[in-house]
Amino acid sequence: MKKLFTSREALLCALILVMTLAVGAIADDFLSISNLLSVYNDTSILIILALGQMLVIITRCIDLSVAANLALTGMVIAMINSAFPDFPVPLLILFGALLGLCMGMINGLLVWKLGIPAIVVTLGTMSIYRGIIFLLSDGAWVNAHEMSKVFMQIPRSTFIGIALLSWISVIVIASFYYFTRSSRTGREIYAAGNSPTAAFYTGIDVGRSQFIAFSISGMLAGLCGYLWVSRYAVAYVDVAAGFELQVISACVIGGISIMGGIGSVAGCVLGALFIGVINNALPVIGVSPFWQMAISGAVIVLAVIASSKAEKKSGRIILKSAALPISKQATLEQPTSKQAT
Amino acid sequence: MQEITKTKWQQPKALFKVKKLPWEFFLILITISVFILSAYASPYFLDPWNLSDATFNFVEKAIVALPLAMLIICRDIDLSIASIIALASVAMGFAAQYGFGIEMIIIIGISVGMLCGLVNGWVVTHFDIPAIVVTIGTMSLFRGISYILLGDQVLKDYPEGFDYFGQGYIYWVFSFEFLLFLIAALFFYFLLHRTNFGRRCYAIGNNPTAAFYSGINVKRHRLILFVIVGALAGVAAVLLTSRLGSTRPTIALGWELSIITMVVLGGVNIMGGAGTIAGVFIAVFLMGIVTFGLGLLNVPGIVMSIIIGGMLIAVIATPVLIKKFSKGN
Repeated sequence: MKKLFTSREALLCALILVMTLAVGAIADDFLSISNLLSVYNDTSILIILALGQMLVIITRCIDLSVAANLALTGMVIAMINSAFPDFPVPLLILFGALLGLCMGMINGLLVWKLGIPAIVVTLGTMSIYRGIIFLLSDGAWVNAHEMSKVFMQIPRSTFIGIALLSWISVIVIASFYYFTRSSRTGREIYAAGNSPTAAFYTGIDVGRSQFIAFSISGMLAGLCGYLWVSRYAVAYVDVAAGFELQVISACVIGGISIMGGIGSVAGCVLGALFIGVINNALPVIGVSPFWQMAISGAVIVLAVIASSKAEKKSGRIILKSAALPISKQATLEQPTSKQAT
Repeated sequence: MQEITKTKWQQPKALFKVKKLPWEFFLILITISVFILSAYASPYFLDPWNLSDATFNFVEKAIVALPLAMLIICRDIDLSIASIIALASVAMGFAAQYGFGIEMIIIIGISVGMLCGLVNGWVVTHFDIPAIVVTIGTMSLFRGISYILLGDQVLKDYPEGFDYFGQGYIYWVFSFEFLLFLIAALFFYFLLHRTNFGRRCYAIGNNPTAAFYSGINVKRHRLILFVIVGALAGVAAVLLTSRLGSTRPTIALGWELSIITMVVLGGVNIMGGAGTIAGVFIAVFLMGIVTFGLGLLNVPGIVMSIIIGGMLIAVIATPVLIKKFSKGN
């Protein structure tokens, strides 16, 4: 019971509630159900991407290419839709998810098979994917009037009064909840991130887990590519530029440890909601949107300070030397000759 | 276990050591071939003034890449460099508005940079948090503060003579910026390769625990490096602000990624423990020449980013692939 109240998730939940109520006290409309639903709807894409990123971070990697992946699939889909308006949209969505999956698999393969650090791989693929959008579109925009009605209508249509976009994110959350807690692959991802060496001896292919995490993250980015483009009814080269950092921030605020192995679906969703509520609340209480960046920056720093203390208490520090990434051990065993001389 | 350590995370530098070929040699080879190709492809490439102009595009980034290489060798990273440049530039803009002299403006710019570095370093070392998370946070924080201070305005009341740092020439085609970069490169070469301070970077990067037990004050060392990175980001802010003659909150947006690309391309192990200033120095020119050469051929900037991104992966992957295939034989 005590754990329930002191956990990161409970703290975040309370913080979000207090924030929402405080904003509601200033502007009554903020607390109306329709507004709260629209805040959630606004945050849906961030939640989906943050969940994918969570898996990657848990395996001790990082995916900086999600936003570029999203923008590229979004552009491809929008271009197909404007060229062939009769092409069935559900197939188009499937195609987008597959395209995103392929891009995620490229990241994953480079990390798995070549052993290049994830940050280097995704730094590279980030600019490559973003550049390809320009090559495809020649810098042109795909605007609302070029998209078919069904294409734009799907995330907006409602089911029991809630937009389909929100429903999609709810489905993703539910399947992640199952995947991370009850599926074998999901548990392997945690094991691989917690201690790669131990995971290796248990018979888990660490590289394969990282590959799977990247693939899932890519697939969700592809799905979000469609959601983003149809929601904002525009596709251009700089769609979602810099969004990868917001996604990573959501994970960090949600308590996913960048050292791998720690993190829950609930924390991740709450981290994303936290950012979403701030983004939506600032204009309502009349704070200039220029404050938003500094606030989320300060929150990230405070959140990591808070979680660093939480992680220390759990005694992980004792195992720190044993839990060194394999790479560190590799460099230890083979000191380069320049340093030896 | 042996198997994973053999196939996983092999660093290109270590691999090249096996073949007795330093990473720098490989880089120089690429740089020279790109240079020759560009000279062949465009008649304007070899003009000394054109080449001098080209240096302006990467010198400011390169100045930050040097200390960042040391920081990455120490297993840390700083993603907030571009935001530090922005905040330092905003501070200088306000200092200029209040009528401070040139010296004072520069001092303010560099001190703001150092202060930001100190914040990063303190949070990282005091709370023992991975640098990448902290600097993702401060990256938003520092640029966010610039946005709060400046909003959508522009600061451009810089005193006369301030433009010298970013636009002036010392002798013939050699700009002040470029010479400053050469001096900085020499300084960091000595600092990293010829002093105890530099040796300690490698010790910490290879094994922080062992470094601690051999009597190195690891936390202080990392803190100092963060401050040095901040200071050099301040210097870059002075050069950039002086060159542009104005400050907006979006100044140097996205630079952190190209600066890190320079460092990684230079053979610095992103997991720490290995890398040289010479490698970074050559990588800086490689990126500069590629960008300039393609620019002369009318290749748009965003397409260049494909090539640079591809280069980053290819340059790191090639040695790994060579090793894999030679092993198969």
